[in-house]
This record gives sequence, structure tokens and C-alpha cells, in this order.
Amino acid sequence: MTRMTGAQALIKALEMEKVDTIFGLPGGCILPAYDPLLESSIRHVLVRHEQGAGHMAEGYAHVTGRPGVAMVTSGPAATNLVTPLMDAYMDSIPMVGITGQVGTNAIGTDAFQECDTVGITRSCTKHNELVMSAEDVPMAVRQAFHIATTGRPGPTLIDLPKDVLQNEMTWYWPSDDEVIASLPGYRPNTKGHPRMIKEAAKLIMQAERPLLYVGGGMLKARAAEVLRELVELTGIHVVTTLMARGVFPDSHPLNLGMPGMHGNAYTTTAMQQSDLLIALGARFDDRITGRVDSFAPDAKIIHVDIDPAEQGKVRKPDVPIVGDCRLVTEEIVKAIRHLRDGGAVQPELGPWKSRISGWREQFPTTYEQSEPGKALKPQYCLEQLRDAAPEGTILTSGVGQHQMWSSLHWQFEEPYTWVNSGGLGTMGFSIPAAIGAKMGRPDRTVWAVDGDGCFQMTAQELVTATVERIPIKVALLNNSYLGMVRQWQEMFYDERYSEVYLSTDCPDYVKWAESMGCVGIRVESPEEVGPAIEKANSINDRTVVVEFRTDSDEKVFPMVPAGMSNDDLLVHPSQCAIRDRLA
Amino acid sequence: MTAINPSGSSLNHHILSVLVQNRPGVLARVASLFARRGYNIFSLAVAPAEDEGMSRITVVVDVDSAPLEQIVKQLFKLIDVVKISELDPRRSVERELLLATVRARAEQRSQIVELATIFEAKILAVGVDALTISLEGHPDKLDDFEELLDDCGIVELQRTGRVALPKLDRGAHLRAANTPNSPRGDKKGKVG
Ligand SMILES: Cc1ncc(C[n+]2csc(CCOP(=O)(O)OP(=O)(O)O)c2C)c(N)n1
Repeated sequence: MTRMTGAQALIKALEMEKVDTIFGLPGGCILPAYDPLLESSIRHVLVRHEQGAGHMAEGYAHVTGRPGVAMVTSGPAATNLVTPLMDAYMDSIPMVGITGQVGTNAIGTDAFQECDTVGITRSCTKHNELVMSAEDVPMAVRQAFHIATTGRPGPTLIDLPKDVLQNEMTWYWPSDDEVIASLPGYRPNTKGHPRMIKEAAKLIMQAERPLLYVGGGMLKARAAEVLRELVELTGIHVVTTLMARGVFPDSHPLNLGMPGMHGNAYTTTAMQQSDLLIALGARFDDRITGRVDSFAPDAKIIHVDIDPAEQGKVRKPDVPIVGDCRLVTEEIVKAIRHLRDGGAVQPELGPWKSRISGWREQFPTTYEQSEPGKALKPQYCLEQLRDAAPEGTILTSGVGQHQMWSSLHWQFEEPYTWVNSGGLGTMGFSIPAAIGAKMGRPDRTVWAVDGDGCFQMTAQELVTATVERIPIKVALLNNSYLGMVRQWQEMFYDERYSEVYLSTDCPDYVKWAESMGCVGIRVESPEEVGPAIEKANSINDRTVVVEFRTDSDEKVFPMVPAGMSNDDLLVHPSQCAIRDRLA
Repeated sequence: MTAINPSGSSLNHHILSVLVQNRPGVLARVASLFARRGYNIFSLAVAPAEDEGMSRITVVVDVDSAPLEQIVKQLFKLIDVVKISELDPRRSVERELLLATVRARAEQRSQIVELATIFEAKILAVGVDALTISLEGHPDKLDDFEELLDDCGIVELQRTGRVALPKLDRGAHLRAANTPNSPRGDKKGKVG
């Protein structure tokens, strides 16, 4: 019988869960947990703001598939963690938040740094728990990891009062069976319904204009391989949503890339014209569907998702399949093979494919190069960055125009090389997520693409990167504006720019980077782009920030204006003359 | 805040019997889910259930606010929710309790007592010019009673939320309400 404190039990439990990294920042109520950390094999990364800890945990989880852990104190620290928890909830990222809490007998008294953490985070966690006794710590940790990583992944949180951390308990480690028995209401269904799987295979074998609509769930399910099998078996084109970029190689001729509000015109149009959408781990987000009642009007829907509540939430599926995307896709592949062995043949997909390639040739996602002496085009910088990036580079992004350009112009060849904030659209995500990704995959180069607005929200974590020796690279696309908002004001508010101008040279990003221990490089003309990137790629012992001064006027095209139908998408101005061929 | 509608036609209402683990905050989880997703609760009743460690929440939902299927599926996602049964009003027994204090001057008193007798209500307390009455029964019956009492002048009124259980089949011995194959009972993981 080993006696120990709740705090020691917490750290031991985290070790048992194979946690190798914690992102966090200590304070009064969580103090007891920081003491046994000194003896632990777990690496703690000391952040500069708790939001950073949360996004780092997310970045780590994105690239490793293992839950990221953020540990912070009570009150303001817990509330600082709310944004990343919500972000992880929206994007189904496995993450465990650990918060300190005031002592059990002070709860409810408005004690110093007390807040109702469990109440505040209830709707932005998959589950949370206030632990009231030291004896309960190991079970709470096991439950938190079990819930975060199974079914539809998501963030969980354990709130630990100070006396619970200080009190003694007798160590025990609950078995898998005990954990499952303790959660009678949690039984995620992973195996799809055999009849529905057969039905899906039948529809796939009959469709004339099928498309695979692949979402982030396929990455969560680690289903890239079986997806490839399905594509090669059926010859069906793949659409990869913002959350799914990388699940299928962009170099594959059947990959149509990103659809939706800022998706490729040919991709969105192919969805609109399809007669069968095979939705795998996708959730019919409004940024994909545009106006729902005119989304893909002729398409039958096969919807595979592990979360039953996604079925029919937005669009009623013809064939709903609740289950793990990998297992179900494997079964669908088998069922198709079975039908084929029985003599079934797919209709000739040639006409559909040639329509798609027609759109693709006529409406490539494009931009105009800058004229000599004029400001840099952000897309040009990204393409140069892409072409010079070492193999296996992980790209993270903030939120705004630069995020859309990253998704559109990068070439993703491998799963888990794209880390972004899709559902919540959290500005400031990029830098901390990149630090977390680098901790998860130290063997990889990690480039963080950022906007000047986003950069100013979380740039202080570059100090963390320097001090903790986690070298990342930042491509800061400085267009002097809150670019995405400016684009909406230009297009939909008659160029009435309201509170979107930041500044071009304040702060001085190079000096700021240098003051945080990073190498700072400023790039203002196209000739400087290549050499600056080359230099950045050659520095691997320090964080590098490359500031590209880019054209404020540049807009993201194509675009489906909010609330409009995907049929009304706006193509790049250079393609307007032939717009009617997009049908 | 989730609106708790004062009244309404029971046609748009569905009764969900939700078995939950009786843990701190479970009611808050259910209530905030309704609030967050914009579902309306018509009435709510919570109490410990037959199994130790479990509570049963009977919630009458206003289905105009969202498809029932979404509500049920979202509820299922709560870790503490163990089982949800949708109770068909035609195949379940429903009960509610009403307490009312009504104005009852001497000349009115006998009229109210008569009304109470017809409805099999109980007089709980008698004051100089008021009576406190209780009535337990089907919610529709309570509605009727309340309407009639209103004419006399209701001073204070409190109704409990509705509670319900599936009706036993005639002749069935102990296919108790909470066995897995209870009417329309969904076990976790078997939806969709
Ligand atoms: C925390 C947060 N606040 C506000 C917004 C709304 N918003 C979306 S994009 C954007 C502009 C981002 O500007 P910047 O980082 O410079 O990127 P750009 O669009 O110029 O590439 C804003 C304000 C948001 N997504 N997140």
C-alpha cells in the first residue's frame, strides 16, 4: 500500500497515461502539483499565457494523435484556458485540461481566485469533473483520458481543489474494466451497421457523379490508408475539407482539395453537381454547405460519423452510418469488393470526370503576380515557402486570409502536417500550436503561417519557444490590416473600412522577434523572398520570424458570400468573363 | 435561459425519461445543454431512481424548438446520461401534483369544497378567507382544475413537473419500466 498525496497521485497517473509533455503555468491552487513534477520524467513547458498552453496542447495532439495536456491554476488561469478548450471541442481534438481550484471548504465562498471552472467549461468540454477527494484522483485522470481519446475525441477537464492535491491517499490504478464500469453512460459505437454498410456500397456502385467528402474525422480515425484504398478501388474524386487537408495527397490527380466558402471553384461546384456525396467524418459545416437548402440538391448522402448527433443535424442522410470512420470505410471497401465479385459494375464515370477536369482547367485557384515595385503577394510568399519547405514540414496557421491561402496554395502530401483552427476560428492559434506541434514531432520542421493581427494575440509564446528551446519558424504575412475583415468591408460594406487598420511598422516585428530571442527577417520585395526562406530553413537552433510585407488589397478568391448558395460563388476577377461555364 | 413555458398544447410535447448517474452537476449539465442548443423545456422533474446512484429526469420537451431526434442524440452525448426513453403519452402513465391557495370567503367556501370533491382534491389548510388545496393526477386533469379554480381567485400556485413511466402491458408481470426492452427505450450506443 503506497501512501502519497493527491498531487503525487496526479503526476503518477499522468505518467501512467504515458504523458511526456505538459504545457502549463503554476499558481496558488495548483502549486502542490508542481512539486512532484520536479521528480517526474514529464517535460513541462512553461508558457507565457495559459491560452498558449491550451493551443500548444492542441498542436501536440493534432500531430501525434495523443492527448495534449495543459495544466494551470484556478480562477483567471482557468478562464484563460476556455478559448483553447472551446477550440478543441469544435475541432474534436483530444486534450486534457487540469486546473487548480480553491480548497473544498472554500468552494462557493468567492475565495481568492475561485471561479466555477466546471460550470464555465461545461459547454466547451466533452466532459469535466470537480474532484472532491484525493482518493478519486487516479480514476478522474483515467476517465478524462479515456473520454478525451475515444468516440468522437474532444477536450476534458479535471478541476482539483488544493486540499485534494495536498491530502494523502492510498495509490491504486483502476483497470480498464473499472474505468468502463464507472461510466455506464459512455459507450461509443465504433462498428457501423452491416445493413447500412451494404446499402452504402450499393449506392456507390450506382452513382454517376459521386464524390468523397472527407472531413477531419478521417484524420482522427487515422483512416488515410483505407481512404486511399477506397479511392483507388472506385476512382472517385476526393474533396478534403479545411480540417482534413493532408489526409489524401494533394499530388494525387483525384484530390480536389478544399471546398466551401473559400474553396476551389471546381471543388465546390463538383459538390453542388454531385449525385452522391460520401461524407466521411465531415459535419456539413455552414462554411462548406453555403445556404443549406440549395446545397448539392441532387445528391444522395452517405454519412459516416462516430457521433450519432451529427447524423441529420444539418442534412438528412440517405444512409446514416454511426461508427469509427476507419472501421466503417474498411467495411465499405469490403462490401464494394463483394458486389464487384458478384458481377456489379460502376457506371462509366468518364463524363463526370471530364466535367470536373474542365472546371479545374478553366477555374484554377489563382492570383495575379505583383507588378514591379508593388507590394508582395501573400500567395507568392506561400508558394515559395511551400516549394522550399523540407520534406515532412508541418504547417500551422492562424485565422484569416492567410489561413485560407495556406490551405489553398500549400501542397499537403501527408496526414497530420496541417494544424489549424477550423470550427472556432481562433486568431492567435498558429504560434502556440506550432510550439506544441514541434514538441510532438521534434524531428519535423514546423512553419507557422500568421497574420499580423493574429501574431499580436499570442506572439509572446515565442519567448517560450526561445527559453524552452523549441525552435519553430514563423511566416508573418503583414498586410497591415485585419485582412479578412477588411475584405468583407470592401466587398459587402462599400469599402467602408471600420476599425481594421492595424499598422505597417508598429510594432517593429523584426525588433520584437529579436527581443524574444528569435532571428528576425523582413522581406519587402519578390527577390528577397527566396533567400529569406532559405536562410530561415537553414537555422535550426533558434526560432525565426520572417515578416513579409504584403499587399493590403489582396483578397481571397473564390468566395461564397455568407448566407448565399454555393451556386453563387464568386470566382477570381480574372475568370469573371467565363463564369457561366462553371455549371 | 431556457424558457419554461407556462402552458401549451400537449400535442407538441414529448416526454423523455432520462436515466442519469446521480453525480454533482448532472441537472446543470442537462439544463445547460437545453439552453445552449436552444431547446425549450416545458416541464422538468428530477428524483433518485430505483437503482442506487441513479436519478430519473422526466423532461417534457417542446418539440417545435428542435427535432426530437436531435435533442435525444445531444442528450445521449452527456457522459452522465445512461438511458433515454421517449414515452408515448398513450402508452404511459403521467402524474403531476398541484398545490394551490385560493381565495375562499365564507360564501365561496362550499363551492370550492364541492369542486375539490369532484376532482378528488385534498384540502390541506383552511384560513379565514383562503384554502390550500392539493391535487395529484394526470396533467390534463390538473389543467382543468386550475382553470376552474382561477375563477375563484388563485393566490398562489405551484405545480411539480410531470413524472411518467411506461404503462404495464395487461397481463405482463414484471417487465418493469426500466428493463432494456421497455417501450421505445434506447440504450446508449444503439441510436442512429
Ligand atoms: C479571437 C478572434 N477575434 C476576432 C476574430 C474575427 N476575425 C477573423 S479573421 C480576422 C482578421 C485576422 O487578421 P490577420 O491576423 O491580420 O490575418 P489576415 O486576415 O490579414 O490574413 C478577424 C479579426 C477571430 N476569428 N478570432
